[in-house]
Amino acid sequence: MTTINVKVNGAVHTADVEPRLLLVHFIREVLRLTGTHIGCDTSHCGACTVVVDGRAVKSCTVFAVQADGREVLTVEGLEQDGKLHPLQEGFFQEHGLQCGYCTPGMLMTGCAFLKSNPNPTEDEIRHAISGNLCRCTGYVNIVKAYQYASQKMREGGA
Amino acid sequence: MIPRSFEYSAPGTLNEAISLLQKLGPDAKILSGGQSLIPMMKLRLASPPHIIDINRIPDLDYVTEDGGVLRIGALVRESDLEHSDTVRSRFPILVDTTAVIADPLVRNQATVCGNLAHGDPANDHPATMLALGASVLAVGPAGDREIPVESFFPGLFTTALEPDEILKEIRIPIPPPGSGGAYLKLERKVGDYATAGVAVQITLDGVGACSRAGIGLTNVGFTPLKARKAEAFMIGKALDESTIRQASELAAGESQPTDDVRGSADYKRDLVRVLTARALNLALARAKGGA
Repeated sequence: MTTINVKVNGAVHTADVEPRLLLVHFIREVLRLTGTHIGCDTSHCGACTVVVDGRAVKSCTVFAVQADGREVLTVEGLEQDGKLHPLQEGFFQEHGLQCGYCTPGMLMTGCAFLKSNPNPTEDEIRHAISGNLCRCTGYVNIVKAYQYASQKMREGGA
Repeated sequence: MIPRSFEYSAPGTLNEAISLLQKLGPDAKILSGGQSLIPMMKLRLASPPHIIDINRIPDLDYVTEDGGVLRIGALVRESDLEHSDTVRSRFPILVDTTAVIADPLVRNQATVCGNLAHGDPANDHPATMLALGASVLAVGPAGDREIPVESFFPGLFTTALEPDEILKEIRIPIPPPGSGGAYLKLERKVGDYATAGVAVQITLDGVGACSRAGIGLTNVGFTPLKARKAEAFMIGKALDESTIRQASELAAGESQPTDDVRGSADYKRDLVRVLTARALNLALARAKGGA
């Protein structure tokens, strides 16, 4: 067992973990934050995407021990003071989901992406989400949700 | 999917990592980006008893130009390369390559050096590094040694690294003025391995004849391949339509594809011909200052 300290959504968690424990299992089963989904479990679908030190990564393909001392943001950390993140609001307003399974991953990819590219073109958005699969084929509205959030964040300075 | 249990070390220096490798021998595997190793461990295609995580070693994430050489450190992520100003302005072939590796999320974690150290002929950087005439710096107990990429891949999933050596950096000679390169890959979908991929790097002399040519091929053999006949054929010639056509036919002849789910050997061989011609045209346009 290895002791790790990971800051998740602002709070530091200490845990003894097996080195083989994947970050997604640490988040879901140790911390009980089940907003992060497991989809393909083979690093294709992006349902498990979380943000580690500002970069969106697939948490099914990172060991929890690698997150020791790092800052992790999951979908549970997006809402602040009872107010939805502009991306969450965008998915709501633009009907950016049907079944919702890919949504946490889509939100976390978008969260990191819009920080580095606050005013993306449609083409840039489509490339940014190329590692996140939506089986309801809702990409048109997902792109609109990103555009909604991008505009809102630029206007609101959020 | 859960990997088999393993012992985990996260050394703080390269020397410590090398000492661990010396002690553990082939039982240990280096973890950098982990985007190939961790899936293989989850599928239990690989079950190393000991993982040495080099991600805690500082100062290995450099992309620097120095002494006519571009150096890429062991912990440079694919997305760092993609967004590096030096790379974007001077090495469009590297941007071509990194942009078609896996997807943006995998590229945030995957390392460029790991793409070589994995020894997979389906990986994309090996062909590009062959075209660029790059080498790698291996560090081990006996010190540093530079290995040309053209002798780095002796066989399938095998590299020239000794069990106690670590790939510390990639070294790419800065191409002289009048140079251009391109990497083209056909993939069935985002994140797939190449059905075939072709990297081309050329230099034109003062009268527009080809003075240097490098061609690397992805996933059409048991190792990344260097199309030596096609390279030699172009030297001293103006890269007109006929030369490009003949060079791409030679490159196709040098490929050694096999039938698989991505296509028949004949199809892939013809794909090498088509991609080589397209990559040469793009590299030519870039060498002349366009595109």
